[in-house]
Amino acid sequence: MKDFFLAIWRYRHFIASSIRNDLRSRFARSKLGAIWMILQPLAQVAIYSLVLSRIMSAKLPGIDNPYAYSLYLLSGMLAWSLFSEIVSRSITVFVDNGSLLKKIVFPRVCLPITVVGSALVNNVMLLLMTVVVFALLGHLPTVTLLWVPLLMICTVALGLGIGLILGVLNVFVRDINQVMVVVLQLWFWLTPIVYMTTIVPPRMMGVMRLNPMYWIVTEYQGLLVYGRAPDPMSLFPIVVSAAVLLAAGLFLFRRAATDMVDVL
Amino acid sequence: MTAPVLSVENVGKSYREYGTEWRRFGTWVGWHSRRIKEHWVLRNISFAVQPGEAVGIIGQNGAGKSTLLKIITGTLGATEGKVRAAGRIAAILELGMGFNPDLTGRENVAHSAGLMGFSRAQIEGLMPDIEAFAEVGEYFDEPLRTYSSGMQMRVAFSLATAMRPDVLIVDEALSVGDAYFVHKCFKRIRQFREDGTTLLIVSHDKAAIQGLCDRAIMIEKGRLIADGLPQQVFDLYNALIADMENGSIKQVEADGQIATQSGTGEAVVESVHLESADGRVVEYVGVGDPVELVIRARLREPVARLVVGYMLRDRLGQAMYGTNTSYSDQVVANGRAGDVVETRARFDANLGVGTYSVSIALSSTETHLVNNYEWRDLALVFTVANMGRSPFVGHAWLPPVISVRCNGAVLAAANGGADEGTYLVAGNG
Repeated sequence: MKDFFLAIWRYRHFIASSIRNDLRSRFARSKLGAIWMILQPLAQVAIYSLVLSRIMSAKLPGIDNPYAYSLYLLSGMLAWSLFSEIVSRSITVFVDNGSLLKKIVFPRVCLPITVVGSALVNNVMLLLMTVVVFALLGHLPTVTLLWVPLLMICTVALGLGIGLILGVLNVFVRDINQVMVVVLQLWFWLTPIVYMTTIVPPRMMGVMRLNPMYWIVTEYQGLLVYGRAPDPMSLFPIVVSAAVLLAAGLFLFRRAATDMVDVL
Repeated sequence: MTAPVLSVENVGKSYREYGTEWRRFGTWVGWHSRRIKEHWVLRNISFAVQPGEAVGIIGQNGAGKSTLLKIITGTLGATEGKVRAAGRIAAILELGMGFNPDLTGRENVAHSAGLMGFSRAQIEGLMPDIEAFAEVGEYFDEPLRTYSSGMQMRVAFSLATAMRPDVLIVDEALSVGDAYFVHKCFKRIRQFREDGTTLLIVSHDKAAIQGLCDRAIMIEKGRLIADGLPQQVFDLYNALIADMENGSIKQVEADGQIATQSGTGEAVVESVHLESADGRVVEYVGVGDPVELVIRARLREPVARLVVGYMLRDRLGQAMYGTNTSYSDQVVANGRAGDVVETRARFDANLGVGTYSVSIALSSTETHLVNNYEWRDLALVFTVANMGRSPFVGHAWLPPVISVRCNGAVLAAANGGADEGTYLVAGNG
């Protein structure tokens, strides 16, 4: 395990330049460049607000702001975009870099770490933009904002854990990538991002509590919209599920690493 | 003997057939089904390489060469056995891997050098060298997508060889690119070798292996079947290609060198010798002298077509000249068992000074791949000496008429190669 972290440390420059290249190549030769990183989620929020604000704003109690629904959407989106980017890119990261894995010796864990790094850069930009948008809409952030990094770490751990498991399995069974495109979409709608938990039938709430993203997204909304510090009772399922899934993901990754190169 | 820089100990690689992926997933958590089939692509490979040695690895496609190289570099794990390496291994089989077309040459070099495990300080130190060696000029700071494939290859090679490795693995990849740069590459590889780098070269190109290597290893069907001088191993390789279907291969000692024989045996070589112009058997031949190669073959069984071929080789085993009786339309048709076929080839020994060997092939067609009755390397060894000709270098004797004018005045022509040399006749004639 020590060697594992030592290898990551030795390759830190490579990881840094991979993240930089990843961001650069995604926006190479586009006029607006990195601004697209923020524009896309913001546009999505704008669309949902436009379509659903009339229906939803009435259901958002305890907040006195005409743009309350947009604020609610934006905070949920912030959590979801980090999670879904890490999961969906981890699923294909080994297949996409198959020739690299086959031909060059380097710590293979650099690849998912690069995915996490570039997703984090994206997400921090989005977070800053969210704060700015909140301020423009007349909702100044409070000190509870300082809790966001902790939630981000949990989201990353959860996403990376799930992503590693699915990414490793996807090398052997490529259907996983196809299935997960649909599953992630379904998962998005099963998480209270666009709607509030108040409209969920009470008997469905038991099922909803099994979804770790439910806990994370509600905490994000609590922090950003209501200025409420996280409740330790709801942090518990988040931390436990993130830790368990990350451990499982790393275990599987280490076990399957040699097998993976054989079939790539 | 010093400690080997690379030692491969009983390495084997098997691919498993799981039937269903569930059985594969099971092995990760310790459940091994008995229905998993193992399929060995490499088995019992052992060899050690000393510092500064150059070893060629040959074998037919699919023999397991690249699997072996991947295990040596470390990208593939061995199923059994171990590879020990003392020092850094670099491989020129991944030229340009990980390059990004939207980044400049410089950025790509920095990024890929990181992938190779160099620290940032090392990369900065090596950069001027890499830029100078690549010789792509201002393009070095242009996006890679504007490069020609040759330019990409230049940058990639410069990077791969920026720092002298302890073991350098060279794949056939090197044959791409322009002639000037390929020469430059080989110069650098030779320089590395003089400085103590061990080379592992994979190629089908006999000349490249014989020119660079002092040892060759042959892999066939996942096994190491020969390890020795490049020429011997190549002879075996040729024999093996000829004998894919039937027949036997054996190597016999002849004149201190190992000769390879193979064939199905319907026709066998009885004797091979060289005669001088006056009919005496010779082993030493003067440059340019007329000689006659006499090949006696005996048919053991009826043979519908018999083609007799021969090949003259230099001491490294490089082909100097070869032909056969199919090319000259002198095929023996419907030979009976017991027939003796004597083939005489008269030619002038327009060869450079050195020793030469003769390989003989008895087959049904001009290629010995169809019906190979007998293939015999080193069937005869003879020496060419320069007796009375003006001195020259090289493997061929191409006597010129040279005229030199100095300020309009013609310099007297030396008595070129046109004079009649005396025969040096020796041996058991």
